[in-house]
Order: sequence, then structure tokens, then C-alpha cells
Amino acid sequence: MVMWILFQAPPTTELPRVDKNPYTSAEDLALGQKLYNGRCAGCHGLTGDGGKGANLAVRDLPRAGTDVALYRIVRYGIPETEMPATLMASREVWQISAFVRSLGSSSNEAVKGNVARGEQVVGAKGGCLQCHAIAMKGGRLGPALTDIGGKRSPGHLRSKILEPALEITETFRVATVTTKAGKKISGVRLNEDPFSIQIRDFSDEIHSFFKEQLASVQVERRTTMPSYKGRLSEAEIEDVVAYLLTLRGTVQ
Amino acid sequence: MKTLLMTMLCAGAVWAQGLTYERILNPDREPGNWLTYSGNYAGHRHSPLTEIHEGNVNKLKVAWVYQTNSLQKFETTPIVVDGIIYISEPPSNAAAIDARTGRALWRYRRQLPDDLRVCCGQVNRGVAVLGNLVYLGTLDGHLLALDARTGAIRWDTVVADYKLGYSITVAPLAVRDKIVIGVAGGEYGARGFLDAYHAQTGKQAWRFWTVPGPGEPGNETWKGDSWKVGAADTWVTGAFDPETNLIYWGTGNPGPDWNGDVRLGDNLYSDSLIAVDADRGKLKWYFQFTPHDVHDWDATEVPVLVDELVRGEKRKLLLFPNRNAFYYVLDRVTGKFLLGKEYAKQTWTKGLDDNGRPIRIEGTTPTLQGVKVWPSVAGANNWYSPAYSPVTGLFYVAVRDSGSVYYTGEAVYKPGERFDGGGYRAIPGEEEQGFIRAYKPASGEVAWEYKLHSAPWSGVLSTAGNLVFGATNEGQIFALNAKTGAPLWRFQATSLLVRSNPITYAVDGKQYLAMALGNSLYAFALE
Ligand code: HEC
Ligand code: HEC
Repeated sequence: MVMWILFQAPPTTELPRVDKNPYTSAEDLALGQKLYNGRCAGCHGLTGDGGKGANLAVRDLPRAGTDVALYRIVRYGIPETEMPATLMASREVWQISAFVRSLGSSSNEAVKGNVARGEQVVGAKGGCLQCHAIAMKGGRLGPALTDIGGKRSPGHLRSKILEPALEITETFRVATVTTKAGKKISGVRLNEDPFSIQIRDFSDEIHSFFKEQLASVQVERRTTMPSYKGRLSEAEIEDVVAYLLTLRGTVQ
Repeated sequence: MKTLLMTMLCAGAVWAQGLTYERILNPDREPGNWLTYSGNYAGHRHSPLTEIHEGNVNKLKVAWVYQTNSLQKFETTPIVVDGIIYISEPPSNAAAIDARTGRALWRYRRQLPDDLRVCCGQVNRGVAVLGNLVYLGTLDGHLLALDARTGAIRWDTVVADYKLGYSITVAPLAVRDKIVIGVAGGEYGARGFLDAYHAQTGKQAWRFWTVPGPGEPGNETWKGDSWKVGAADTWVTGAFDPETNLIYWGTGNPGPDWNGDVRLGDNLYSDSLIAVDADRGKLKWYFQFTPHDVHDWDATEVPVLVDELVRGEKRKLLLFPNRNAFYYVLDRVTGKFLLGKEYAKQTWTKGLDDNGRPIRIEGTTPTLQGVKVWPSVAGANNWYSPAYSPVTGLFYVAVRDSGSVYYTGEAVYKPGERFDGGGYRAIPGEEEQGFIRAYKPASGEVAWEYKLHSAPWSGVLSTAGNLVFGATNEGQIFALNAKTGAPLWRFQATSLLVRSNPITYAVDGKQYLAMALGNSLYAFALE
């Protein structure tokens, strides 16, 4: 949701004139796989179920129910997320889409954890809600997890809990500014440019400074997310992963 | 790590309140903010700020520009709370922007389905803020609560099924502990309603159907089953009076728009002003401006509440310059009709009777060959906002003066498909006229007028600096002297469409003027 610092979607969303993917031959699939390996596997894994991208090795892609919807996502990305747009030719977009569809029948990693126990760990022992929001509950120091299940693969979630420093979300960096009067303010950096910086402090107050008012600006390159290695048992971590995968938004 | 967590937890109580209802009720205590769609519940779109005034407005300069990446019409009215601007962006997105620098603090992007049903562009007119939540209606018929500090979704409620032709384009209104919201869908036979949701949970508090069902009073004003697809949607933000505890909201055209034969009767409560109780959504009174409308004259303008002398007696009034070319004054306690005055060219009535009911002229109903009628389908006024200045005592309206050729056509209802029963076109050779006019509120008498190049699509703002701000179809924002209408300043902002309403706010003691122009939000200030 907040990765806009990194990606901007192109403003147009011209859609194909056909309803069904016209490129689904074996040859198309093979070409699609080649393109996928180079452009998508880094985030989605070679078989679609690894990495920080959404799990593509599922029978029904939640947001790509139709061929046109899949085409649209591959072509234009999902604005404000890490899922990027591409400048490929439309034939190539179709070929990749055909390959992505075929991932749905590949073997998928089974998640063995217990969802109800996972929810408990997240709310109590894990203390995750101190920093993360889930629907109406939870804090603002880290990204909301309300729809994390649709965004990330089980492997990525597991590794984030065990070794949070391995791959850090670009946003949610902690910044400390010191004003010329010597006042220090720390918080989550919301935005920054050569002339100004915006911070949400730990009481959730939002501040904006022109840099000429400041004596110094420090932005930490580490994450505030603690590692749960040793703090939660392996079984508890599996439970948490199973629970997180069920979080798909809050439509009522 | 531990200290960080501690700091965080201890400070948790500070933000707890956010924007309270108490604050929204008293916007004059914090003139630097713009807390609701119209600036106050009475629909005034007026600001007491005076740093920018008639003597220095010609020195206004662009302070910053925030550009959206959409080329859809950008209709938002910004909400400003303590240095943060909250806007919606087309199609159903939202953002928080630092009011000082124009830098984004967060953005929310909604993924919409491909098969939306929207008659008139993928637009949204703004958000509401209450407590620590920002409320956004979406084109796929949801009402969302976003965390005001992060933009994360806190709750997401389905208001209506977009597949039946519903969409939400209106800015919600926060009243006490509820969020009031309406729907669009008048060209799809989407039966209208006004809804309220509990602000904290998203659970429905009440619904008022603007087309009464069987057994309810008014249902007899629809022939047969036509009420089921009668439209009368609620797509422009209304007003609220805490003293009468009534929410005042305009309703849209009956469906189908231009073929009235399939819905004989007055078609209540289409093209009406409804006054519903804020706690339970019960109808207190209604006034129908255009019974059995066949010209698509939605009464979806912003109702403006003023207290003025009428025949020597101070009365609680509701002003409503209608799309149908009559300027109405109603008693907002009882709904009694007090005045209805022609304020743009009209050829469809001989006038209004003592109760405000139009006396129609024969031959003005749409035909297969087309019939010329004034006002036009877009009317003498539309969804954009007027302004009322308690300083000058004048009421400012962007007035359209033009006609249309109206056609009737077949009207067979299929769920989710266009159901408008006809169409319209411009009158060949006619030049549409446009004005900013200042009215004496109770009499509708014109105090001054400023002529525009074309019929306007943007609203106005008045300020205590003796100014009225507005915008042209040609891409300019401008300032007029609020007492005389004399032009004082202008700025050419865009070659794209301008379809929005100006506001003003202050941060760090500096006043800004803000408006969505083209696909950008502009902020202007004195140097
Ligand atoms: C930089 C990392 C990254 C790259 C590269 C990437 N993706 Fe994604 N993708 C993501 C993320 C993250 C999401 C989930 C986005 C969200 O909802 O927040 C996603 C979501 C998706 C979805 C939506 C799945 C669903 O229905 O929920 C599809 C389909 C998809 N990606 C396909 C692709 C394809 C095909 C490519 C290569 C052309 C690709 N992605 C490249 C990160 C990436
Ligand atoms: C002290 C605050 C804090 C606590 C406690 C915390 N996290 Fe985090 N978490 C963060 C921050 C900050 C980030 C974003 C920066 C980063 O990527 O590390 C994050 C990122 C994440 C992400 C990645 C989100 C994404 O979009 O990919 C997941 C998943 C996550 N946390 C899960 C958890 C779970 C599960 C717990 C409890 C077992 C937890 N966190 C506890 C601060 C916290």
C-alpha cells in the first residue's frame, strides 16, 4: 500500500480486446516461462510459491480470476505495491500469463500450522499488534497485516518472523531529526526529499520539517521488527504463518 | 528495542481522540482547518480566514502542486485537519498530504473490478474524517474506513452491489458517531437510499429508501412495479442541523431518466429534498421540486442552511437553487415552501403554484424526434457547491443558462445495464451562458453577477477577506470581490477539465487556497 516511493503505475490502463488468452500453446508457455524466470521469479519464486511476491501456485488467483484481470496485473502491476508494471509487448504479457496459470497446478507447499493458535500468538505472546494493525486492532510502527495473506508467500512470512533483517520493507524506516533548537524527534519516516522530511512519531503525531530548520537528519537502515527466533517455538511460528495467510482484507 | 516499545506504548493515549464530533460542530473555533465537505454542517463553504483579502489577493502564488496519475475528472474537496490534507483521487483512491509542503504522507489505492457501472466518469468527490479514521466511498459500492495516520484499511463494508448499477462517488458526512453516505446509479435503475454506518465498526445504523416500498407512503406515486428500479439516488453530500437533528439531502432523477411512461405518477422521493432524523433515518419531511421528472433534473445540489428574516420574522431556512432553474427557499423545520423563483431560462413551466408545485407546459416531454427545453440536462445548477458568507450576507452560486434537445426511447430494465430511456443533445447553435451570481438569500434577488465564458462546472468559496473564489471550464481559478463581483485575481492552471470546489486553510499561521484543477491539487499562498 505504501510503496509509492518506489513505483508509479502508468496512468493509462488500456485493456486487450479479447476475453481469453490467445497465446496458450506449448510454445507460448515455454517462452512465457523464460520471461517469467527473468522478470518474476525473483519475487514469486521459480515455481510461484516462494519469495516476497504473492503465492501464484494456487488454483484460483484471488485478484486474477479472468484472463483479462491477469493480463492487467502483469501489464500494469498493482499500483502502490511492489508488484511492478512491465513494458513488454502484449504478446509477451499473454505468454507470461499463460505460464502463471500453469503454476496453479504445480505442487504447493502445505502449511501445517493451526490458524486459531496463530491468531492467539499474534495477539498475545508475539506482541505483533503493538506494531502491526489487523483491521480495527493494532499499532502503526509497521505495515498493516490486514491483507498480508494475499500478498506474500508462506516462505517469505516465515523468514520475516525468523530473520526480519534479511529483507526490509523500504518504508517504515525510523528517522530521528534534531531541530536547530536542539529538540529531537524520532518516528517512522513517511516521506523525504532534499528539502523536507515527514515523520510519524511514536505517539502517532505527524510532523513535517523543512530541512533548513534542522540541525541533523538520521534515517536508520535497520528494521525495528524483532527476530522471533528462540522467542517463539517452531510450532508457534507455523501457527502464526498459517494465521497470516488467512488475512485477506476485511470486507463485511 | 525495549525502550522503543515503551515510548510507543506510553504515548498511545495522545492521539486517541483525533477529530471529534465536538470539533466538527464548531469549525469557527479552528478556522485554519476544513473539517467537512462544505466547511460546516450548514453547507456554507465559507471561511473566516482573512490573511488573503481583497487588497493582496493579486499577489497569490502557487505554493505547491500535487499531481494524481489519473486523467479522470478530479472532483475532490480536500478535508484539512491540523496540517494534514485528506483527499480522494479518481477512481477510488485516497491520500494524506502534508499541507505545508504538498508531500504525500500516505496513499491508499483500491483495485477495482473491470465491470464497473458508472454513468459519468470514474469520479469521487472527497472523504470524511472522524476520530482517527478517514472514510471513503468506492465505485464498487463499498464504504472504507482508513487509518488517518497510515492509510491502512480498518474496516470495509459493502453498501450496495455495483453489479446492479450502484456506485459511490459522494463524499460521506460524519454526524456524531455515524457516517452518512449515499449512492449513485440513476442511469441504471438503482433504487436509491441514504445510509448511516457506525463510525467505529462499519455496521449499518439505518437506511432510508428514497423510493418507498409497498405499504409505505409514496409507493403509490409509482405505477406498478416501477418503484423497484426508480433510482432517486443520493450522490451529493447534504447538510445537517444539530438543532433540528435533521440531515438534509438532495435526491436524484427518477429512473428511467427520459421515459416517464413506464413510471406514471409523481415518483416520490425523486428530485426531492429529504429531511431525515440523524439518529434513526426516519423521514421528517420532504419537498419534491420536480414531480414526475422527464428531463434528468436531479435535485442533487448542496442544500444551504441559513437563518434569515422572512416578512420580519427570523426563520430557519434552506436555500436550494435547483437544476430545474428555480431558486427555492424552504422552512427547514417544517419543509414549508416559502419561495420559488426562476433564476435561469426555463420553458417547461408557467411557474410554480402556492405550494411550489410546477405548472407544466404541454409539449415539453421528450419525444422520439427531440424537443427543445430549457434548462439543459445539466440544469441551471449541478452537484458543485455554492457558498454563503455571513459577512456579506450574500449567497454565491455558479449558474448555468442553457437548454437541451431531449429524446425519449425504449426503457426495458435489465439488472446492471443502462436504463435511461432516451437521451439529449445540445441545442445546435446555442451558446451556453455561465455566471457567478450573488443572491440575497431570502428573496433570491441578484446583488451582482460576474459573467463566465461558458456554463460552469465548479463550485465557489467565500472568505471573510471579502473574496469569492471559483474556477472556469477553461482551466483558470479566480477571485472576485465578494461585495461587488469585481475580478481581482486569476491563474491559468490546466488544460484538463476542472470539476471541483475550492477550500482554504491555514498552517503555521499562513493561509492557503486549495483546489483540484485538472488532475492536480494546487495550493496557493501569499509569498
Ligand atoms: C519486486 C517484486 C515483484 C516482481 C518482480 C513481480 N511481482 Fe508479482 N507481486 C508482487 C507482490 C508483492 C504482489 C502482491 C501485491 C500486493 O497485493 O500487495 C504481487 C502480486 C502478483 C499477482 C497477483 C496475485 C493475486 O491474484 O493475488 C500476480 C498475478 C503477479 N504478481 C504476477 C507477476 C508476474 C507475472 C510477474 C513478472 C512479470 C511479477 N508478478 C513480478 C511482487 C512482484
Ligand atoms: C517493534 C515493532 C514490531 C513488532 C513487535 C513486530 N513487527 Fe513485524 N514489522 C515491523 C516493521 C517496522 C516492519 C516493516 C519493516 C520491515 O520490513 O522490517 C515489519 C514487517 C513485518 C512483515 C512484512 C510485511 C510485508 O509487507 O511484507 C511481517 C509479515 C511482519 N512484520 C510480521 C510480524 C509478526 C507476525 C509479528 C509478531 C510475531 C511482528 N511482525 C512483530 C515491526 C514490528
